[in-house]
Amino acid sequence: MENHGQHTQAGHHDQHGHEDDHHHEESFVSKYIFSMDHKMISRQFLITAVLMAFIAMMMSLMFRMQLAWPGEKFWILNFILGDKWAPDGILDPGMYMQLVTIHGTIMVFMVLTGGLSGTFSNLLIPYQIGARDMASGFLNMLSYWFFFLSSIVMLMGFMVETGAASGGWTVYPPLSALPQAMEGSRMGMTLWLVSMTFFIVSALLGGLNYIVTIINLRTKGMSMTRLPLTIWAFFVTAILGVLSFPVLFSAALLLIFDRSFGTSFYLSDIYIGGQALEQTGGSPILYEHLFWFLGHPEVYIIILPALGLTSEIISVNARKPIFGYRAMIGSIMAIGFLSFIVWGHHMFITGMNPFLGSVFVFTTLLIAIPSAVKAFNYITTLWKGNIRFTPAMLFAIGLVSTFISGGLTGIILADSALDIPIHDTYFVVAHFHIVMGVSAILGMLAGVYHWFPKLFLRHMNKKLGYVHFWGTFISAYGVFFPMHFLGLAGLPRRYYSNTAFPMFDDLVDINILMTGFAILGAVAQIIFLFNFFYSIFRGPKSEVNPWNSNTLEWTTPMENTHGNWPGALPVVHRWPYDYSKPGKEQDFVMQTVPLAEGEVDGGGH
Amino acid sequence: MIEFLVYVAIILTVFAIGYLVRVFELSSSLKGSKPHEITEKDNKTMGKIMLTFLVVFFLFVIWNLVKFVPKMLPESASEHGVGLDWLFNFNMAILFFVFTITHIILFYFSFKYYGRKDNVATYFPHSNKLEMIWTTIPAIVLAIIIIFGLKAWNKITAPASDDAIVIQLYGKQFDWTARYAGKDNQLGASNYKLITDENALGMDATDNKGADDIVVRNEFHIPLGKEIEFKLNAREVIHSAYFPHFRAQMNLVPGMTTMLHFTPTITTADMRKKPYVVEQMRAINARRAERGDKPEEFNYVLLCNKICGNSHYNMQMTIVVESVEDYNKWLASKKPYFNKE
Repeated sequence: MENHGQHTQAGHHDQHGHEDDHHHEESFVSKYIFSMDHKMISRQFLITAVLMAFIAMMMSLMFRMQLAWPGEKFWILNFILGDKWAPDGILDPGMYMQLVTIHGTIMVFMVLTGGLSGTFSNLLIPYQIGARDMASGFLNMLSYWFFFLSSIVMLMGFMVETGAASGGWTVYPPLSALPQAMEGSRMGMTLWLVSMTFFIVSALLGGLNYIVTIINLRTKGMSMTRLPLTIWAFFVTAILGVLSFPVLFSAALLLIFDRSFGTSFYLSDIYIGGQALEQTGGSPILYEHLFWFLGHPEVYIIILPALGLTSEIISVNARKPIFGYRAMIGSIMAIGFLSFIVWGHHMFITGMNPFLGSVFVFTTLLIAIPSAVKAFNYITTLWKGNIRFTPAMLFAIGLVSTFISGGLTGIILADSALDIPIHDTYFVVAHFHIVMGVSAILGMLAGVYHWFPKLFLRHMNKKLGYVHFWGTFISAYGVFFPMHFLGLAGLPRRYYSNTAFPMFDDLVDINILMTGFAILGAVAQIIFLFNFFYSIFRGPKSEVNPWNSNTLEWTTPMENTHGNWPGALPVVHRWPYDYSKPGKEQDFVMQTVPLAEGEVDGGGH
Repeated sequence: MIEFLVYVAIILTVFAIGYLVRVFELSSSLKGSKPHEITEKDNKTMGKIMLTFLVVFFLFVIWNLVKFVPKMLPESASEHGVGLDWLFNFNMAILFFVFTITHIILFYFSFKYYGRKDNVATYFPHSNKLEMIWTTIPAIVLAIIIIFGLKAWNKITAPASDDAIVIQLYGKQFDWTARYAGKDNQLGASNYKLITDENALGMDATDNKGADDIVVRNEFHIPLGKEIEFKLNAREVIHSAYFPHFRAQMNLVPGMTTMLHFTPTITTADMRKKPYVVEQMRAINARRAERGDKPEEFNYVLLCNKICGNSHYNMQMTIVVESVEDYNKWLASKKPYFNKE
């Protein structure tokens, strides 16, 4: 750590500083396990998230098989789940509920919150603002290990006798509060709450660290309006997380009290299991308010980092400045602010006061304006560009497409009157999977391909990347586009089987089509997994700035040095988007290059 | 045995991947290619695939519309639902237009501006005018959407009229019960502490208002053209009363009474005769025949649309809409709950 201390003394460096790092021996444990280095923590987050995403994807395949071929026997289900949960290879209804619940929870929290922010905030914040590391390496390490613990506890649900939590990822009480209501509300639900508690601790430790680092540790010349949009997105995301996760914690805490200590925050006038419960005076609506006060900012916690990564990747690979840099910052902030006053649109039909509903319609539809600005700005960035189709660029363009198509159906759902007949149907499932699930995953994968050289110092294979992109993109639309029609046919979500009502009998074609695409999508992800793990160890070594980018992370040598820059910290002289600037020799000008005489910074502002 | 085979297959797969990797490495080192560098040829190929995708994607969208729209819900069977369907189509038309335009330019630009070696991108960092345009236009369109939407919302959520027929819908794991308010059109008191196997709704026998209340299960009837006000209660967890054909839905929340009201406009018998429904039922019964199930007639149904337990998918209740006379006849045939002989 003494060497590290020397490094932070910017300007007091000579060649020896660099050499020292090689002599500085670290134990295996402090280097790979309890590491406090932002790059290693970033890798830990990424690999954990990739594995969790794979597990959650396999879960979705299992319930998609049940939906396409209800009652069919699949020996593979019996093989994976055993006789209790898939007797004769037919998925048990309780298991179906567990799978949809844990699939949702893992994807929303472990993959797209912990995995996405954890990986890229950790990797890029110190690198792109020119800092040696996070403000607190120790808290950062704790953030990962709480995340890891949370992931493990979440999966442990499947190992208890009564199964994992199964009340849907939103775990509304009283269903989740009453062990008598379903098996999944017993031990599995307790584990879910414990896991979420760890997760919230992780998110708060991480978020506070990101905010403090961005405010305090920017290098000389890195003003807020010279930050890459990635950092702006991570910054606003972290603020959202710090303000909203404590509310989820309070919701979970009250739920724990209701479950275990006989309180009645969410319970009132309930008769179950042959007896009337004592609890009275509480309301499940309170839980819904608390949950969605996190829950809605949460979807922006998921999508903003993906949009930030996309902004950077589109600009670099179109070889053009991102169009409307300041408007992009403005929209990120507007989306962040608005996300706190729209949660009621999840509750139009809960019996909430209709006037309150109208207010939420208004605020929700306002979000469409900054979102539209972002979409148009991405498209304009492509206009008259010189587009280099790296796999990352493909994923970024894919994100723009899904962000638009999923966002548009959101306009229908935000309209309270139109929400009535499609609330909680597959139309909603299609909407949020496209706009939040698919978009954020595409953004995250774009980030993985683009920053792989900074993560693992090597390159991924481009051809496998191309196959992966087209397989993923086509199957994502193949699964979720037809899904809208299920909702418009009146099919509710979270139905174990659609065979109980004749009105759904003719929808089986759509379900088979979707499951077919889901299997194709899974094959594409296996290609990715291979490319990912193979390239970590055996991919070709990367040069220092493989994409000819302007940002600071590409000024560091391609090695894992403690403190990132072997010498003094870089000094920033310009905004990060000087691509193809007229009068320059190359089509990029790094942020460390001083302004020429008379040159104006920041895209003509 | 089968497990053993699976393990063997897994081991063999691992070996196969190992060999594939070696072949892959050898062949790429032979070619001397850099497996990550993007060439102009790559750009061109990807640009063309982008354009192809655009075409295929829109063909897929059109194919979906042609194939799946006939499987959608039939026309609305409630008064407010007709307006809602119109509003939905109106909004969808706007959205589909935006979807089409943005996707065409997104993928067309991706193709048109694919990277060439001797080409330089245009430095175009911002334009206040353009940004003004695409802030203002969405704002105006959204204002229109909001005004239409809130008008419909206010109409639908306005209190029911005083002469609306009151029916309580009671949801529990995993079935529905309907309770008619009887001649006085007032529901008697009930209390969850009075629930027994016999008295499933916990109705209070001492309340005179409840003396004429009628309780039915499995199927309930409502009269054509009369406003029905549903009072919703749940026994143990949240359920949601979803009437897809009437474009109506409201949650049932333990500890409180929620409400919803609508006016049915098409009887069950008339709906069965609509050509759209006839065609749908023909397709449905063809499916059922394949599975070996008996054919079914069209019915209005009540669905549970809030996860409520393992059998959430199977909470059955049929709704029959019929003429006022038929409805009165049906209701008269039912005895009030508290004077069952």
